[in-house]
Amino acid sequence: MSTIQPIAGELEPHPDVALVEQVRGGDVSAYDTLVRKYDRQIFRIAQHITQNREDAEDVMQDAFLKAYEKLDQFQGNSKFYTWLVRIAVNESLMRLRKRRTGKMVSIDEDIQTDEGSVPRDLADWAPDPEQNYGQAELAEILRKTIQGLPQGFRIVFVLRDVEGLSTEETAETLGLSIPAVKSRLLRARLQLRERLSRYFHRKKGVEK
Amino acid sequence: MTCSEFLALLDDLIDDSVAPETRAELQRHLRGCEHCEVTLNTTRKTIEIYRSHEIYDLPPGLRERLHAAIMARCKKGC
Repeated sequence: MSTIQPIAGELEPHPDVALVEQVRGGDVSAYDTLVRKYDRQIFRIAQHITQNREDAEDVMQDAFLKAYEKLDQFQGNSKFYTWLVRIAVNESLMRLRKRRTGKMVSIDEDIQTDEGSVPRDLADWAPDPEQNYGQAELAEILRKTIQGLPQGFRIVFVLRDVEGLSTEETAETLGLSIPAVKSRLLRARLQLRERLSRYFHRKKGVEK
Repeated sequence: MTCSEFLALLDDLIDDSVAPETRAELQRHLRGCEHCEVTLNTTRKTIEIYRSHEIYDLPPGLRERLHAAIMARCKKGC
């Protein structure tokens, strides 16, 4: 039985530690390396949360600048990447709050729990269902589907499954308990699966 | 094992964090339950699809512009 492993989780000293030390020692070009290493991920996370391209651009800049300013506060007991993601998540939520003119925005928003419910849509998927769509069409389906998830589920799914943070790192980043992360991840995975079934289910009488 | 009990352990099974005896129980349930087998396979596929497809790309031009802006401010001490 194949399994999907978290991407993160290694125990040896991370190469980012040396880069962070170089930046602290005044070598700005080492920061350039860190920005290039993580800019795509930070931009993606910001887009997933704000769902707005201009906001994501601002968040990316602000997150990297804030991390640079606060580098002395980075303890090194978490990974630089996890620490950076936490800054980006906070910046993204602040940006959303601003856009919604002061309305409170948190990762607890819109959470409805229906623990233990068995998925309704039973249809199996066609083999390699994504092959039935063009690249742009598929990206649109995936965007639309994930945007429909409640915010608190979406962030957990993105950090844990798309960006590869561990359950513990996701919990730490979002200030949630580990059981809360696990529960949201399950709901997120099942809801996405059910929503994607509309596009990917095996058509009756059609063998693909 | 009921479908609800299976579902409660679905994430642990996907993430390979179940004890061997629990795994054996889950596999026993799967052999007799098409519903859960479909749920497991399609949930796994859901994760794989989101992992392997870039839905918010950062175009090279924009990337360079943002990068230059960040580094210019860092060099000035922010």
